[in-house]
Amino acid sequence: MDNLQLLISGLANGCVYGLIALGFVLIYKATEAVNFAQGDFMMLGAFVTIGLTNTEYMGLPFWMALPLSMGLMALLGYLLDRFVIRRMFGESQTSVVILTIALGFVIRFFAGLIWGHEPQTLQNPLAGKELAFGGLVLGMEDVAVIVVTLLLTWGLYVFFSKTKLGLAMQGASQNQLAAYYMGIPVKRVQGLIWALAGVVACVAGILFAAKGSVDPNAGLMGIKAFAAAVIGGFGSLPGALAGGLIVGVIEPFASRYIAAGYSQIAPYALLLAVLIFRPHGLFSQVRVKKV
Amino acid sequence: MRIVFKTDYMQDIRPWKDGYQLSLYLLLLVAVVIAPWVLDDFYLGELTNVLIWAIAGLGLMVLTGHTGQASLGHAAFLAFGCYANIILIEAGVPFMLAFPLAGLITGLVGVIVAIPALRLHGVYLAIATLAMSILVDDIIVLTEPWTGGVGGKYAPAVNVFGIMIDRWSTPKEFYWLTLAVTVIVTLGYINLLRAPLGRSFIAVRDSEVSAQAMGIDVSRTKAISFGLSCAVTGLAGALMGLYATAFNNETFSVVISIQLLMMIVIGGLGSIHGAFFGAIVIGFLPQFLSISKEYVGAVFGGSTVAIPGLEFGIFGMILIAFILFEPMGIYGRWLKIRTWFELFPFYRKDMFKRQKSYLKTERLR
Repeated sequence: MDNLQLLISGLANGCVYGLIALGFVLIYKATEAVNFAQGDFMMLGAFVTIGLTNTEYMGLPFWMALPLSMGLMALLGYLLDRFVIRRMFGESQTSVVILTIALGFVIRFFAGLIWGHEPQTLQNPLAGKELAFGGLVLGMEDVAVIVVTLLLTWGLYVFFSKTKLGLAMQGASQNQLAAYYMGIPVKRVQGLIWALAGVVACVAGILFAAKGSVDPNAGLMGIKAFAAAVIGGFGSLPGALAGGLIVGVIEPFASRYIAAGYSQIAPYALLLAVLIFRPHGLFSQVRVKKV
Repeated sequence: MRIVFKTDYMQDIRPWKDGYQLSLYLLLLVAVVIAPWVLDDFYLGELTNVLIWAIAGLGLMVLTGHTGQASLGHAAFLAFGCYANIILIEAGVPFMLAFPLAGLITGLVGVIVAIPALRLHGVYLAIATLAMSILVDDIIVLTEPWTGGVGGKYAPAVNVFGIMIDRWSTPKEFYWLTLAVTVIVTLGYINLLRAPLGRSFIAVRDSEVSAQAMGIDVSRTKAISFGLSCAVTGLAGALMGLYATAFNNETFSVVISIQLLMMIVIGGLGSIHGAFFGAIVIGFLPQFLSISKEYVGAVFGGSTVAIPGLEFGIFGMILIAFILFEPMGIYGRWLKIRTWFELFPFYRKDMFKRQKSYLKTERLR
């Protein structure tokens, strides 16, 4: 029963990692760049929602604030692409990596400036409610996190494999020039992808802030989400979620059964092991180019 | 307008272009050698710091600037060099032996790390090295018997040719020691770039497929580049340990890795000058900020408020500005200004225009 409890809380944590990893994968799938600031996006989404709902700030009703903050984050993602990332069109991947790292620093700085450096919790209607199954007690937040994540992943998966826009996004990533020739508006598609990544980050942030507390450095958690994305193979949406769940579940079990000091290494050790033995993740999408 | 008229093949291989350029660099060398007599101890310490960062930057430049492999984990190698140096000294090895050994050991560790890491490509390598950089903190704590763990270690005074050198009591001598290492590393770097090995690094950076077609063993070249880069970074780490005098598991954090990478980007990727320019920015930015904060406080009458994270916020903004408007960094800007003067009035705006490459995925499914 204890292990089951650990498993559930691990799954709920893993869902947040999985959602951040989804953000990485979305942007990677569509622009072949990795957004190292995705964790900071998540943090910003959480703070925007806190700023809208919490009584000490604007105090809007919870269900009204949600779409509003998602919209704001989508706008931010789109504007970021329009004015910053789009200028990098045709530059090397490494420069984009460095740019997004710098972006993360700037976001962290402004979030700290606006909302302070104290950890804060999102006031939400589910707080403190519990669900009891036999001997098992589940926080409503944990259940909500798992349900929302599964729905979102499924929705995105269908979007990418079935809709015209989703396919256009994949095409734009696989060969920019060819996508142009096929009449895909590559730039606009990329802007939409960044907006979508902003929304996903916002959802992750809301769930994260509802479950626990968030401070400007919470974005550094994005590094664990990297582990998730890599384990899942960077191009796969269900893979990212699976990777997130694996990392999330390993953490509580490691801290329970492995000596202190070794336990926090577990996710990173797993990441390195996956990179060494299955360099392109468990759901590989890459083959080596031949000369 | 100066024209270099080449009459000999050796002129292409020579490290300097002409006598004018050589004399400029010799003048610079003289200036930095006599600096301790001109500057006070505080600024001398800052200058030493800049030189140490420049060595670390040169180390990363080999890998990122010239071989095209982004590493977000070089603080791990700084830590390795630092601890290896101090542990060897404490074991009774004289500094003059321990210092190069620290570099060598770090280089070997780098090669061992490189072999699995280099099967990875671009972003994956960056993530793997990032994970390594995070792990190093925990590893230092876990190997407490050697590293002192959270308590850390203290750097002793070191013996160089019979002179005891210590950062606080003999800042001049410590500066010259750092300067000597910097000069040796820089000369080695210049030499590397005109040797076949350095050229194969650049070939790998520009196109792995073409490099392979030219008969370069790509993975071997990358492994050597990683090893060299780590060795130089290890030397910088050893000096950094001596400079900091006390260090523990948190001294060489992920932030240092990222700062190092950002430093060479601001300075200018793919140029030796870039490492130095970047180091100057990194070294003097905190001082500049605190001075300007005091100034702003004095002008507007407000007290000097401490804004946490300000340094990194400003740093990030500078970096974004550079990547967007001057991807070649400070060195690139300097090249443009110099060319403008050399060619006056024939400079054209598009002279440094870079060719855009359109993205094609590595993913085939």
